[in-house]
Amino acid sequence: MAIQVRIPTPLRKLTGGSESVSGSGATVAALVQDLETRHPGLKERICDDAGKVRRFVNVYVNGDDIRFLDNLETPVKDGDEISIVPAIAGGAR
Amino acid sequence: MRDAAVAIVGVGALGCAAAEALARARVGRLILLDGDVVERSNLHRQLLHRDGDRGRPKVESAAERLAALAPGTVIERRTVRVAAENAAALLADATCIVDATDGFESKFLLNDTAVALGTPLVHAGIVRFLGQLMTVLPGRSACVRCLFRAPPEPGDVPSCQEAGVLGSLAGTIGLLQAAEVLRYLTGTGSLLTDRLLTYDALANRFRHVRLRRNSSCPACSTRLAVTTRNS
Repeated sequence: MAIQVRIPTPLRKLTGGSESVSGSGATVAALVQDLETRHPGLKERICDDAGKVRRFVNVYVNGDDIRFLDNLETPVKDGDEISIVPAIAGGAR
Repeated sequence: MRDAAVAIVGVGALGCAAAEALARARVGRLILLDGDVVERSNLHRQLLHRDGDRGRPKVESAAERLAALAPGTVIERRTVRVAAENAAALLADATCIVDATDGFESKFLLNDTAVALGTPLVHAGIVRFLGQLMTVLPGRSACVRCLFRAPPEPGDVPSCQEAGVLGSLAGTIGLLQAAEVLRYLTGTGSLLTDRLLTYDALANRFRHVRLRRNSSCPACSTRLAVTTRNS
């Protein structure tokens, strides 16, 4: 069993259109690094140049925001579900 | 409901769907706010406007249709762009606010204004095939800045206008906003507070993530004055 990562529609061009991809790692940071090797370009959409999660992207482990856990050092394990939620702004025009 | 005044900020993709549903539900007063005019490229997703409305203020076009659909609902027309200098005054008499704007600055401004006024806000965003929705009860549930501390820099994330949007997604999310307003006004059901609903129109999947009030939120932890960026 691996860790399932839900990919939001704006990032799916980096996963070949897949809604969900598998990854591994003991922490969210390790998982993101693993995802980067499988889907190049994904890490920079999630993390900034300093390696922190971008302020307009949130990462959830089993529905809980990692900002309220241990940020990128939040532990993850097989069977966990990770969601990436970007800020989106459209609506009027 | 008949005493309620619902402000619809943005009478475009989301606002048209939300306003029509609320008018048909016989909400007492709808306050329409938008400074834009109708363009041909709007018509696949902005359901109250017609080809013959091109060049007319969206507020006028929408108000006309709504008045014909629901003569019992008072439709107020405010052809103005909501900005930091006028937001609080324009929204002061609203019972609740529907965020149907386009652009991060507008969405953060509306959040900050709603929090400062203590007025419930039904926030939503759409882009391409993704929709998001949450309700803010100021001082009681997580606000938009609890979710995202500050808007992205211009150009970091495309807007609906730049990236496009599935027309029917606008209707889906706009109608869900109307349903939130009706739940709030009637006190029935469960509001989307402290959770964010996401709708993936490609996979046809609704999901929730849990939200928490952020004790250092620049908007709702201290009730800062209304500002726009990175306050």
